[in-house]
Amino acid sequence: MPLNRQQIAQRMAQEVQTGYIVNLGIGIPSLVANYVPNEKGVYFQSENGLLGLGPFPTQEQVDPDLINAGKQTVTYQKGASFFSSADSFAMIRGGHVDLTILGAMEVDTQGSLANWMIPGKMIKGMGGAMDLVAGAKKVIVAMQHTDKEGNSKLRKACQLPLTGVGCVHKVVTDWGVFDIKDGAFILTEHAPDLNPHEIKEKTEGLVIISSTCRPMVFDDK
Amino acid sequence: MSQNNKVYQNADLACHDIFNGASLAVGGFGLCGIPENSISALQKMRIKNLTCVSNNAGVDDWGLGLLMQTGQIKKMISSYVGENALFEKLYMTGQLEVEFVPQGTLAERLRAGGAGIPAFYTPTGVGTPIAENKEVREFNNRQYLLEMGITTDFALVKAWKGDTFGNLIYRKTARNFNPMVATAGKITIAEVEELVPTGSLDPDSIHTPGIFVQRIYQGSGYQKRIEHLTLSEN
Repeated sequence: MPLNRQQIAQRMAQEVQTGYIVNLGIGIPSLVANYVPNEKGVYFQSENGLLGLGPFPTQEQVDPDLINAGKQTVTYQKGASFFSSADSFAMIRGGHVDLTILGAMEVDTQGSLANWMIPGKMIKGMGGAMDLVAGAKKVIVAMQHTDKEGNSKLRKACQLPLTGVGCVHKVVTDWGVFDIKDGAFILTEHAPDLNPHEIKEKTEGLVIISSTCRPMVFDDK
Repeated sequence: MSQNNKVYQNADLACHDIFNGASLAVGGFGLCGIPENSISALQKMRIKNLTCVSNNAGVDDWGLGLLMQTGQIKKMISSYVGENALFEKLYMTGQLEVEFVPQGTLAERLRAGGAGIPAFYTPTGVGTPIAENKEVREFNNRQYLLEMGITTDFALVKAWKGDTFGNLIYRKTARNFNPMVATAGKITIAEVEELVPTGSLDPDSIHTPGIFVQRIYQGSGYQKRIEHLTLSEN
């Protein structure tokens, strides 16, 4: 079986190192915070103007002036700060954010990604994604391996309008973990129940199975 | 200008001369920190063909969505409009012009416009559709896009507290685009939850100095709608 959303998030959390400043996108990426232990001293940045996101509020704590970039009510942690959108993107574009984890509709073997429009069908806008992929020190995509029709979202070349060119370092899907290097997806870990050769076969973009490829391991939590 | 000239009694009076075809920069992120009273005033005035620079377009029945319902907006300059279904419909059927701008580029274009900087280079969007017809220049082996600063006829902002000189203090994440928007308008209209006499606010705590604000009024009946109420599971 492929991983479920919680497991993808759990695996992503292993990418978050001690002391990191991290920006999480909407969807699966937003779940990652649940699996990062407090001891790591990580600060989560929300591009609408908060560094130091806390957990979701209790009913009593709800404050309409305190939301995250997904427009959800949130709280803030000790050491947090509020700032303007210009300062927020100075942090992002200026290379001060260690890691951004975001969703995508397509990623290709050159590390380009598409996630903001489907011509003639859907147009929501790019929000902060173009700035995040251009500015964060490390860019990781978390997404389902295939679309609803079963087509591989790991492509030879993205077909949809791009969000960024050659900027994605790593992809974590419900099938496995892939480093993007030298024009290929390097499979370094696979979902415990899936066969690496089958993953390679069913992925449109070139997959190279790393010599150290192993089943994913989950920390108990 | 004497400081007292800045104070208006309400939104209708402060917004009275916003005209058909005007360009507006509007503060807020989602429904957080939006100028609720000024938007309602514009809806009552029925002025049309507005160009609005705003990160989002509200939801179907609140925020700038109100002005979309009444067909008052000709063009939106935004980064994300996914929360407004009406927007998508109007855009797809050609009833609304849209310029999508990455969020950080939008914030910087307003900041630059308000700071007297006509254009600047940014790495955001190189190689994507938004780079079309824009100058690309290389610095230190990396490519950058030339983006233009934005100024508008009017700017509408919302702050928590303000004084009669127009000094503003925002609250938590309701600050968002408001400080840059405040600098970008030829006439900036600030609405505040609490209007206090000059001298009541700590100068060290001011987020937007009063020089950027031409008109200020105390708003009323704030709804502060929450888009996605999300509670902890405990």
